[in-house]
Amino acid sequence: MTDRLAPTYRLAPIDTSTFADERAAAGTGVDGGGDFTVIGSVVQRSDARGHVTGRTEFFEDVAPARLAHLKMHRSDRHHARILDVDLSEALAVPGVLRILTHADIPNNLYTPLKLIGVGPDDEPILAVDKVRYLGEPICAVVAETEAAALEGAARVRVAYEDLPPVFDVEEALKEGAPLVNEYHGQNHFIYEGHHCRRIRFGDVEAAFARADHVFEWRYQSAPIEQAPAETTGCVVVPQADGRLRIHSDTQACFFTLDNTALILETPFNKLRIVGGTVGGGFGGKVDVVVEPVACVAAMATDRPVKFVYDRAEEMQVSSPRAAERIYIKDAVMADGRIIGRKVTLYVDAGAYARHTPYGTTKAAAHLPGPYSIPNVWADCHCVFTNRTPSSAMRGFGVTIADFALESQMDRIARALDLDPLRLRLLNAYRDGDLKAHRKVAEGTALVEVIQKAAEMAGHELPEAYRRMSSTTREGL
Amino acid sequence: MALLRGRGYASVNYPTGMNLGGDPSQALIHATTTGTFVISLSSVDLGQGIKTIAAQCAAETLGLPIANVLVDTADTDTGPHCMGTFASRGTHRVGNAVIMAAAEARGVMLEVAAEELEVDAADLETDGTGFIRLKGAEEKRIHITDLALAAHFKHGRTISGRGIYLKEPSAPVPETGEMDPDSCQAHACTAAVVEVDDETGVVEVLELYNAYEIGRALNPAMATQQVEGGAWMGVSHALFETTEPYYPSREHGPRDFAGYLMPGPADIPVQHSLFLERPAGNGPYGAKGIGEMTANAPIPAIANAIFDACGVRLESMPFTPERVLRGLDALRLKVEEPC
Repeated sequence: MTDRLAPTYRLAPIDTSTFADERAAAGTGVDGGGDFTVIGSVVQRSDARGHVTGRTEFFEDVAPARLAHLKMHRSDRHHARILDVDLSEALAVPGVLRILTHADIPNNLYTPLKLIGVGPDDEPILAVDKVRYLGEPICAVVAETEAAALEGAARVRVAYEDLPPVFDVEEALKEGAPLVNEYHGQNHFIYEGHHCRRIRFGDVEAAFARADHVFEWRYQSAPIEQAPAETTGCVVVPQADGRLRIHSDTQACFFTLDNTALILETPFNKLRIVGGTVGGGFGGKVDVVVEPVACVAAMATDRPVKFVYDRAEEMQVSSPRAAERIYIKDAVMADGRIIGRKVTLYVDAGAYARHTPYGTTKAAAHLPGPYSIPNVWADCHCVFTNRTPSSAMRGFGVTIADFALESQMDRIARALDLDPLRLRLLNAYRDGDLKAHRKVAEGTALVEVIQKAAEMAGHELPEAYRRMSSTTREGL
Repeated sequence: MALLRGRGYASVNYPTGMNLGGDPSQALIHATTTGTFVISLSSVDLGQGIKTIAAQCAAETLGLPIANVLVDTADTDTGPHCMGTFASRGTHRVGNAVIMAAAEARGVMLEVAAEELEVDAADLETDGTGFIRLKGAEEKRIHITDLALAAHFKHGRTISGRGIYLKEPSAPVPETGEMDPDSCQAHACTAAVVEVDDETGVVEVLELYNAYEIGRALNPAMATQQVEGGAWMGVSHALFETTEPYYPSREHGPRDFAGYLMPGPADIPVQHSLFLERPAGNGPYGAKGIGEMTANAPIPAIANAIFDACGVRLESMPFTPERVLRGLDALRLKVEEPC
C-alpha cells in the first residue's frame, strides 16, 4: 500500500566513489560496527508542515493586549549636522504616546562585539548632533496604532546644516575627503595600528619580476539586500515581574539579549528573548537594531511595543552586503602556474563599522582563493562612506572576492589560451600546502569538484588531469 | 541580432564557522519519564533546518528513532547559549554540541539498562528502533520507555547530557596576516550555460552543473534544498540584485520587490547537482558548513559564460542588460576604430 501523503524529495546524487576510504572510516555509526541509522537519511524537515499550512508562529503572531507601535523618523540627508528637532507637530497627532530621542537611550551606542572585546563604539542608536547616511534614525514615535506612528514620524521637523558627503571608497581615503565618522578620526578602520588588514606571504614583487606574464584587473560590486520574506522586527512585552520578554526574529538570541542589555544598562537577566523561528535571515538579522529602542519604548510606556521594518526600510536602511572594489595583479608563468598574487580590496562599510571590520578580515583569510600561490600580498581596507552601514550577509568577505578571483582565473586562461579548468587544476590547493595565512591545508577537495563538474558538463579533461588528486601531488 | 550561447566555470572553497573561531554553542539533553529526549538549545532556525539536523544528530548518537527526539529552541530562559545562526556554523557547532550531549546521555541510558537487565553496560547496544539489547542475545532487551520510567521511579537517575563546541578564538598577526581562520573548508565547482540576447542585453541562465564537496550530507533532501536554493541566490546576485544600481551614486535605490528584482520561476535554470563527501575530522559525522558557499560559484561562472557567449567582460555586478549592451557597444567601437 502506498501512502498518498508520503512526501517525495528531489535528491542530488552522492558520489560514493571519490574519497570512498575516508567516507567508510568516518561512517561507522554509534556502536562502531554498523552503518548510520538516521544520519544520511531523508528526514522530513520538522517545521515543513507548519510552514506550508500557515500554522508556524512567527514573532508577529504575538499580539498582546494594548500593543503600541513604533516607527522611526529618519534622516533625509546623506551627511548633515542636526540644528534642531521639533516634535511639537508630531506629539499633537492623535494616538501618539511618546517620542524617543537619543536622550532617552541609557547607553546610546551600538556595541555589537563588545562582549568579545572588539570595538568600536562608533554608532548611536538614535542620532545625536549629526546624521551620516540617508535613513539614519533620529527619533522613535510610539503610538496607539501603526498609522498614528507613521503620521507622527512624518510630522517630526528636523533642521539640518548639510555637510559634503563622500560615497566612493577610494575618494574617501584621499587627503581632504569629508570625514564620515569623528569617532574613527579617518575614513577607515585601523587594524592593530595598520591602516588595513594585511597578508604578507613570500615576495610578490620578486614574483612579478620573474613572471612570464603579469595581469592586473579591477572588479566592483554594489550593495545587495538580504531580502528575507519576513522583515526585521520584534514585539517587546513587559512582564509582571519587571522583566521584558522580547519576541524577535534575530539570528542570534543571546547576541541580541547581551547587546540590548548593554544599551539599556540593565542586568542581563532582566531580558528574555523568545525566537528561533525566522522567515529568512541571510545575515540581515544580526545587527540588533530594533530590539533596544523597542525595549526603551516598552519601558517608557509600560506597554507592549512592536517595531518591525517595512519593506522600504529593509531595502534601504537595513544593513546590506557591502559593496567591494578589488584589484588583482597576478604573476603567471607561460604554463599557467600562478607564482604571485597581489590583491587590493576596498570594502565599503558605509557610515558605521557594524560587522564590516570582521568581514574584511574574513576576506583577507580567504585570499588568494583556493589555490597554492607561493607569493601573496593583500591589503584589505575597511572604508567608511556616507551610505547605509553594510554588515553581515551570506558569505560576506568571500562572495564578492570569489567573483573577482574566478573572473581573474578565466581571463588568465583566455590570455594564455589555456583550458580554464586545467588552469584551475594546475593551481588548486592540495593537502599539505601552506596557505597564505600560514595554516597547512587539510581535507581539501577542489581538484575533485572540478573533475566532477567537468564530467557532468561534458568538458573533457586529459588523462593526466583526471588522475590528479587533492591527496597527492600527481601531475604537478 | 542573435541569441548567443556561452559556457563559464568557477571553483571555490568556503570556511566553516566564524572567522578566527571563538563562537561556541551549547546543547542540553534530557529524557522525559517516558523516553522522549528533549534537546534544549537557543539556536535559530532561519528555514535552513537546524532543528531537524539537531534531532538527527541526537537520534543517531542515542541510537534511537528520530520520533523519540524533540527540539526545544529558542528561549534564552531555558536554552543554553548559542552564538547564532550565521557563518555556516549551525550544523557544525550545534551538531557537535548535540552529539556531545547525546553521548553523555547515552552513557547513562546504557548504565541504567545494564542494571535493569543485570548485565555489563559494555555488552549493550541500541537497535535503532527504541530497544537497548544485549549484543548477541537479542531477546534480552528493554524498550526506552520502560527504561526511562525505571531510571526515574526506581533508580533515581536522570538520563541527561551536556554538550558544547568551541573552536578556541585566535588572533591574526597584524604584520603578516598569519591566522587560524576556519574549522574546515567545503568546496564547489560550477559550470554555467547562458544565453545572451545581443539586442536587449538580457542574460538567461539555462543550466547549472554544480559539484559540491560538503563533508557529509546529514540529510540529503535538505542538503539538496540548500544547494539548489543557494545556487538560485547566486543567479539572482549575478543578474539582478542591488540596492544601489548606479553605485557609488545613491540614486535610484529600489524600495520594494517591484524595483528589486530576483529570478522568478521562468528565470530558474535547470540545475544538475552532485555531492562529494570528504568527512571533516572535526565535523558532526563529518559534515562541513555549506550554507553560504552555495551562492558563490555561480556568480563568476555566469560572468565567464557571458564573456564566452558575446565577448563582453563584466567587471561590475550585477550583470544587467544595460551593462551587457554597453559592453557590446564598446566591442563594436573597438572593431570600428582600428588601433
